[in-house]
Amino acid sequence: MAKSIQIYDPALCCSTGVCGTEVDQQLVNFSADADWAKKNGAQIERFNLAQQPMEFANNKVVRDFLERSGQEALPLILVDGEFALAGRYPSRTELARWAGLTSAIEIQPVTSCYSGGKCC
Amino acid sequence: MQFLDQPPRFLFFTGKGGVGKTSISCATAIRLAESGKNVLLVSTDPASNVGQVFGITIGNHITRVPAVKNLDALEIDPQAAAQGYRDRIVNPVRGLLPDDVVRGIEEQLSGACTTEIAAFDEFTTLLIDSPVTENYDHIIFDTAPTGHTIRLLQLPGAWSGFLEQGKGDASCLGPLAGLEKQREQYKAAVDALADGERTRLILVARAQQSTLREVARTHEELAAIGLKQQYLVINGILPKLEAEHDALAAAIHQREQAALDAIPDALKSLPLDNVALKAFDLVGLDALRMLLTEVPYQPRSESRAIVKVNKPSLSSLVDSIAADGYGLVMTMGKGGVGKTTIAAAVAVELARRGLPVHLTTSDPAAHLSDTLDGALNSSLDNLTVSRIDPHEETERYRNHILETKGAKLDAEGRTLLEEDLRSPCTEEIAVFQAFSRIIREAGKKFVVMDTAPTGHTLLLLDATGAYHREVARQMDKAHMHFTTPMMQLQDPKRTKILIVTLAEKTPVLEAANLQSDLRRAGIEPWAWVINNSVAATNTTSSLLHQRALNELVEIDAIAKVHSDRYAVVPMMQDEPIGVQRLLDLAAG
Repeated sequence: MAKSIQIYDPALCCSTGVCGTEVDQQLVNFSADADWAKKNGAQIERFNLAQQPMEFANNKVVRDFLERSGQEALPLILVDGEFALAGRYPSRTELARWAGLTSAIEIQPVTSCYSGGKCC
Repeated sequence: MQFLDQPPRFLFFTGKGGVGKTSISCATAIRLAESGKNVLLVSTDPASNVGQVFGITIGNHITRVPAVKNLDALEIDPQAAAQGYRDRIVNPVRGLLPDDVVRGIEEQLSGACTTEIAAFDEFTTLLIDSPVTENYDHIIFDTAPTGHTIRLLQLPGAWSGFLEQGKGDASCLGPLAGLEKQREQYKAAVDALADGERTRLILVARAQQSTLREVARTHEELAAIGLKQQYLVINGILPKLEAEHDALAAAIHQREQAALDAIPDALKSLPLDNVALKAFDLVGLDALRMLLTEVPYQPRSESRAIVKVNKPSLSSLVDSIAADGYGLVMTMGKGGVGKTTIAAAVAVELARRGLPVHLTTSDPAAHLSDTLDGALNSSLDNLTVSRIDPHEETERYRNHILETKGAKLDAEGRTLLEEDLRSPCTEEIAVFQAFSRIIREAGKKFVVMDTAPTGHTLLLLDATGAYHREVARQMDKAHMHFTTPMMQLQDPKRTKILIVTLAEKTPVLEAANLQSDLRRAGIEPWAWVINNSVAATNTTSSLLHQRALNELVEIDAIAKVHSDRYAVVPMMQDEPIGVQRLLDLAAG
């Protein structure tokens, strides 16, 4: 059984972030990476704080995280409900590892990171 | 009236605030109901006076109009709809999530998109087959959804994995996350809109160049997505006979005729109806019955008194602005109220006082450069003028994002990103980014701009606002100085926002909404400027006199409720072109 990955996004107008102040390349990359992982069989769910706050409130791990670190510390990534990563979006490699997509990694190049962002 | 010929079931009236959509909708509803049809009139005008017109209280449920046989009415308040929508999402998590998180969510859901989509949600049920509406032959709306909303609802990509699976993978349609209806209902509603057999769209405009240009854009946008059944109504045209009595009336008549002669090509193919300016106030059934009727013109002779109004001049406002020596001045208001003219007049007034001024404009018609050309360089050396083209800036911003950040997306994702980039926020952000380069100059001289971001955009732009406030608080404790662009805008010494409006009901209400939006971002507009006021002229035209009397009520409300500081700018006989006329305008 493949593991499921839950992404808790900060409050975004849209998942690409284009409506926000500046388009965040990490978000756009991640949207593409998540798409790719899903197509390869990964189970990924995304929750947007502005649109599905109940998903944040109902999950104790997420709620505690928000109280401790604030919304600035999002995104938060859980794998099978357990803390996996926070403060940046996962790379394609990480997604593949969590979802157990080893064969897919060899075929697909890893997404390069955006130098101005928080990742890498 | 051609737009009344064999009307289909749904009639939508669209046009900017203050053109008379609600009056024409009411008049149409009365006409159809009195011809024996069952009619439902739906108003989403935030200043809705439909109830007042019929002498009843309507509100958010279908209400019988006793004075007109076969007529029911319904008022949808878009702000209340948006609030209801926010409450549905936010209330369940209040107390569960930290307060600042809850506030952040509320701000995300406070934009124009949310209001628009929430209002659309409210009337979706009226467009689909249901027991509630089956008895109506006609349903008349005094508004229409924007192209952006309709396109979003049409995109299959926007829906995939959204309402169906309940997963938050959608785009700008995000605001729909809290909507309650099924996708099929939205689809049926959009299909009804695009069906010429069922739906007629009536564009309402005034005989003004800028308004007609805007209407032409709306026409093309909505036609492109399938709303091909369009009619045009030009409302409030000054009768030729009135022009014979009064210089101002003559000037207005001439200007309106020129605008009609130069009507944009895109509009020429539409069936056109002209509605003359009436001397009576459009309240009450008789008045509304007369609105769409060609009554012989009869000048009224009773009230010839010159209207008295306390009208501080724009020039007196500029005195206070000039006193600070430098700073940023922004004019803000809905399209067509004259932001550019007011910005130009303020800039010229400051320059006349010998102060260094940079005037920058987003006026699409570049009318400003025409306005100031020639006279500019010789008489006002300390005034520089630059221009930012909003369409170019937005296009550049869009292309940049699609090329760089959207490069990896598949076709569906790209379509969605493209639509997101057509949201109203995008243009505002693109233009503001361009302007922000110029804002920096405001520490040394005056920078006057004819646009300003909304409070909502500022709060989003200042996404780390909570962080800034915290930093500021800490620095303040330590007696250190610290400034963010947001703090610059919040400081009235450094930034003065002038809210420009017309002395008419809907424009004043729209201006008040802009003001409360800015206040949410901690910005207090510095003053209001009431433009194009007939009440501030010495007209002897009885028709214009009636309008002046109506204006007085609005000016009084502005002074009492909305702003301590205001100026009234008279409607000019000549277009305010050139330095001298701008100075005349400011002098009042």
